[in-house]
Amino acid sequence: MARQEDGIVLDVRHLTVHFDTYAGQVEAVRDISFELHEGETLALVGESGCGKSVTCRSIMGLLARNARVAEGEILFEGQDLLKLSNRAMREIRGGKIAMIFQDPMTSLDPTMKVGKQVAEAVRLHRKVTKGEAKKRAIELLDLVGIENAEKRYDSFPHEFSGGQRQRIVIAIALACDPKILIADEPTTALDVTMQAQILDLMKDIQKRTGASVIFITHDLGVVANVADRVAVMYAGRIIEIGQADEVFYDPRHPYTWGLLASMPTLHTDDELLYAIPGTPPTLISPPPGDAFAPRNPYALEADRLMDPPLFEVTPTHFAATWLLDPRAPKMDPPENILKRRTEYQVRLSERSAAL
Amino acid sequence: MTDAPLVRVEHLTHVYPGSDGKKAVDDVSFEIKEGETFGLVGESGCGKTTTGRMLVRLLDITSGSVLFDGKDITSLRGKELLDYRRQAQIIFQDPYASLDPRKKVRDIIAEGIDIHHLAKDREDRDAQVSRLLASVGLRPEHLTRYPHEFSGGQRQRIGIARALATRPRFIVCDEPISALDVSIQAQVVNLLRSEQKARNLTYLFIAHDLSMVKYISSRVAVMYRGKIVETGPADAVYENPLHPYTKALISAIPLPDPENERTRKRIPYAPREQDLRGTLREVDDGHYVLGE
Repeated sequence: MARQEDGIVLDVRHLTVHFDTYAGQVEAVRDISFELHEGETLALVGESGCGKSVTCRSIMGLLARNARVAEGEILFEGQDLLKLSNRAMREIRGGKIAMIFQDPMTSLDPTMKVGKQVAEAVRLHRKVTKGEAKKRAIELLDLVGIENAEKRYDSFPHEFSGGQRQRIVIAIALACDPKILIADEPTTALDVTMQAQILDLMKDIQKRTGASVIFITHDLGVVANVADRVAVMYAGRIIEIGQADEVFYDPRHPYTWGLLASMPTLHTDDELLYAIPGTPPTLISPPPGDAFAPRNPYALEADRLMDPPLFEVTPTHFAATWLLDPRAPKMDPPENILKRRTEYQVRLSERSAAL
Repeated sequence: MTDAPLVRVEHLTHVYPGSDGKKAVDDVSFEIKEGETFGLVGESGCGKTTTGRMLVRLLDITSGSVLFDGKDITSLRGKELLDYRRQAQIIFQDPYASLDPRKKVRDIIAEGIDIHHLAKDREDRDAQVSRLLASVGLRPEHLTRYPHEFSGGQRQRIGIARALATRPRFIVCDEPISALDVSIQAQVVNLLRSEQKARNLTYLFIAHDLSMVKYISSRVAVMYRGKIVETGPADAVYENPLHPYTKALISAIPLPDPENERTRKRIPYAPREQDLRGTLREVDDGHYVLGE
């Protein structure tokens, strides 16, 4: 697991992204900052429209034409990615920073042999001969678990299952030994058993290559499986960030409480599920304060008026809610969140007793 | 809840035209009791949606039969089929694609009322629609709007109101929450449950989200390659899976619990011919597994 002292590979500071639309200016990402450490997996979690994909597209330099980075910087190897020319960005994209998209059906070219698609990615960034590129492509296909890679090199995407196609997409992303791998809902289109295999593959590859991974998903089960650290996003902001255990077992923001409580576990029975009331706000002139406040039964007056800063819970765990202000009244999280905390403490003490 | 099955499916089979006789649904049998939720799970292409669509007669039944309240509905036509369709409704997966974009919400919800002549007059029709709208948690001003003006969760509420409009006894819920965000899924599932209680509805709940299926269903069936490989009370199937495919499936469910994810053992599944042979045998009270 990544530790704080590990090197920082990517440093996103005060990123703010606006979209110009007919309806007005959409504030899709609002002043978010985070660091990505060497060799770690950081999960960006949130619902549609929370800004998680826009954040990653900003890093990749793949924002839509009507998007504008209003503020902020993205530091990678000492330079600000947002200031690079298109040409320089092309060198980095697919080279040092690679991306895996959600839908393997649409991210492969249906008319091109898969091996060639992998080899193309190799040749784009490296001066190698066609033969060397092919050899490397076969190695990569083998690495991601395509059996008989040499034979399958000449197959077309439609000859593979959804899970195998996602493996090929991963092979393409790995073509140039990226330092950072951005995976945008890479398993959402897959069945659970296939999802499990792809998650195992990604963890295995990360171990072997030492790449850092930003993993975007809305599935908290997947997050629990892959993430070292978790950033929860809501309405364009990071509202809670911390190590996976901290966010899952000791969440502090009421939105994180709501997300965790609204998922049935295999032990949830008859009672109604906890449902967060209402819907996320529109991001055309979003409300002041904590954007979650209107849906939040725990909201304080301050949450409606002023933007809460990210309060420190531990040196690795922060949450943006005025509930953490020393002046705030003491408030207990919902019962099932308390249960998570207690269960975890029991496990921790059992573990330390076993040592 | 009574013990008599409301829906009895026997040896149901479907062959899509042009598929060289390949059975998308292959000799499937199960029962759903009145007032219960029966969950149908399995990976994409396993035949779960095809099964659901045959039950509401949206797809022809190639062979086998479906009994509804003791009556064979397999080859109903004309007026009788119309009457069955009033009683058996469906909620679709994609709330973006299943509502007519050119109709106002009022007319989408009232379509079933109109077709089945369930309203005395215009006033009665409007009153029914308003009640339905309120029961799914939408506001009166939504009546005159079009589907594109709603979020995914709201559209699914419209889809539920539309299904409830004909006062059905049985509803096939075909992945009704898969396209929705986590916080909205819980809202829709709670709505389905409270309507079920209020109206004594019987549900076939089709999904690939296994935790949600366990939560909402009293009994489940696991489908694989067109066959039911295991069925039984939800707790029994999840806690004591018997078929190798079910074992793999249950072991792959990601849970929002990092400690559990670190220590879990996944059971891989390599398909074998013999796993799909034989018949469903009862191994425990109401718990059946496919085998020879």
